[in-house]
Amino acid sequence: MEYLIGIQGPDFVLVAADNVAASSIIQMKHDYDKMFKLSEKILLLCVGEAGDTVQFAEYIQKNVQLYKMRNGYELSPAAAANFTRKNLADYLRSRTPYHVNLLLAGYDEADGPGLYYMDYLSALAKAPFAAHGYGAFLTLSILDRYYRPGDSAISITRLNKRFILNLPSFTVRLIDKDGIHDMEKLPIGPK
Amino acid sequence: MALQDVCGLHNPPLFPQWTAPLSRSFMPEDSTHLSGGGIHGEAFSTRLPGRGGLSPLEFYMPIAEYLTESPINFGQTSLSSALTKLLEIDHLYPSLPSISLPPPTPCPISPSVPLPFTLSHGTTTLGFAFQGGVIAAADTRSSCSGLVACPASPKVLPIHSHLVGTTSGTSADCALWKRILSRELRLYQLRHRRRLSTGGAAKLLSHMLHPFKGTELCVAATLCGWDGDEEKHDVASTPQHANAPTNQMTAIIYVCSDGLRLQGELFSVGSGSPYAYSILDSSVYWGMSVQEATAVAREAVYRATYRDAYSGNNVDLYHVTAKGWRRRERENLKEEYYREKERERKRRVIAY
Repeated sequence: MEYLIGIQGPDFVLVAADNVAASSIIQMKHDYDKMFKLSEKILLLCVGEAGDTVQFAEYIQKNVQLYKMRNGYELSPAAAANFTRKNLADYLRSRTPYHVNLLLAGYDEADGPGLYYMDYLSALAKAPFAAHGYGAFLTLSILDRYYRPGDSAISITRLNKRFILNLPSFTVRLIDKDGIHDMEKLPIGPK
Repeated sequence: MALQDVCGLHNPPLFPQWTAPLSRSFMPEDSTHLSGGGIHGEAFSTRLPGRGGLSPLEFYMPIAEYLTESPINFGQTSLSSALTKLLEIDHLYPSLPSISLPPPTPCPISPSVPLPFTLSHGTTTLGFAFQGGVIAAADTRSSCSGLVACPASPKVLPIHSHLVGTTSGTSADCALWKRILSRELRLYQLRHRRRLSTGGAAKLLSHMLHPFKGTELCVAATLCGWDGDEEKHDVASTPQHANAPTNQMTAIIYVCSDGLRLQGELFSVGSGSPYAYSILDSSVYWGMSVQEATAVAREAVYRATYRDAYSGNNVDLYHVTAKGWRRRERENLKEEYYREKERERKRRVIAY
């Protein structure tokens, strides 16, 4: 029931996540933020089993910040993604595997924008667009059909509005060379 | 820090006995008889098995103890080896000032061993914030595999003067963890000379429960508290407008043993929570008065006890403000039920 999506453009990455925190049939929160800021230009989006998401994401977040404190410079998105994957893989065959699906989106000075897809089996793939959740079944085919590598931000936001399912609202953020920007929260109404 | 001064332990890493083998265990709490300002080799308390060489600032997790000392050993397999393994690991890193969580129990409770009785999580608890503070309410029925084990159990437990926690799940687990949380918050207050915020308390509880994820432990608590100093209570008394909890110091955080931790304005937990949610969602608004809020909370618990078999008997209500929590007298919902029946009967008589 949770949903994440990320789309990479020529010089930005656009990410969106739904805002629902549910416990069985009850929606406990409808304004829950699933994005964790790892650094000025890296966001980690995390869905999965109830406690694992926050626990794992905060662990990664604090470790990335520790790296910056120790070494004076930040981890690049590629390095952060590989670090995250390594941690997932280490815990996979332990007694406490983390059941989380992640999207890591970041902007690197040298390599440009990057979107990394990770799943709970610690697979890692750098992709131009990616999604998690039941909504992924619907949106990936649309992205396959309409995605062009040089798309501008505006057309992609419009695309975003069209295919999101009946989850009440979404947090949307954009990462470019100037950092992370909050875009308007998307409430879904009849279109 | 206060405790360290009292104990005379200024540099735990230099303390020779921290790296001593298990047989020379040290009890931090008994160290008041150590003379201050210096590390001495003598004046140790008697050996205490199961404690390990924990530095006084490490949080002590009673996992090993309560599992082995419990009179009813069910579902535990070969714990003695697990115990020594746990303590050895503690001794390898005695000087870590950070919180050291022991590794997850090496032998998890195997699902094939049956528990002596089925655990059930029947309850209705709720907590919400409004301009006059925080209301926490709960029913008082403890059920156990289809019968009422206790009709008058307290499910809203005060943790400190400005924090109450509603508990749901296994009663014993909730009582234990509430006490552990009270102890850790008190220690924090002594060390840092300020109260830990509700968010901090929730994070602490969540991290303490994390090693037990996947076991049968079930605790779903809503921590309702007031943060900030008492001198700021005049801020709260200024009239707050419809949806402006901005300078309010209330905090309601739901913590679950499966790791979920959510902050919000209104939560209800338990088997009767859907019934309570529907009453609360329609009636709770920020600007309500204390009487209104109390009435709504009481009504929500009453409606939940009406429909849910596992909730019932009485309703407990706590109101937390800047001055601390206040407990409303426990009310038996049987009276309310009969009153409503009477009203219904009268209404029907008038109608015909």
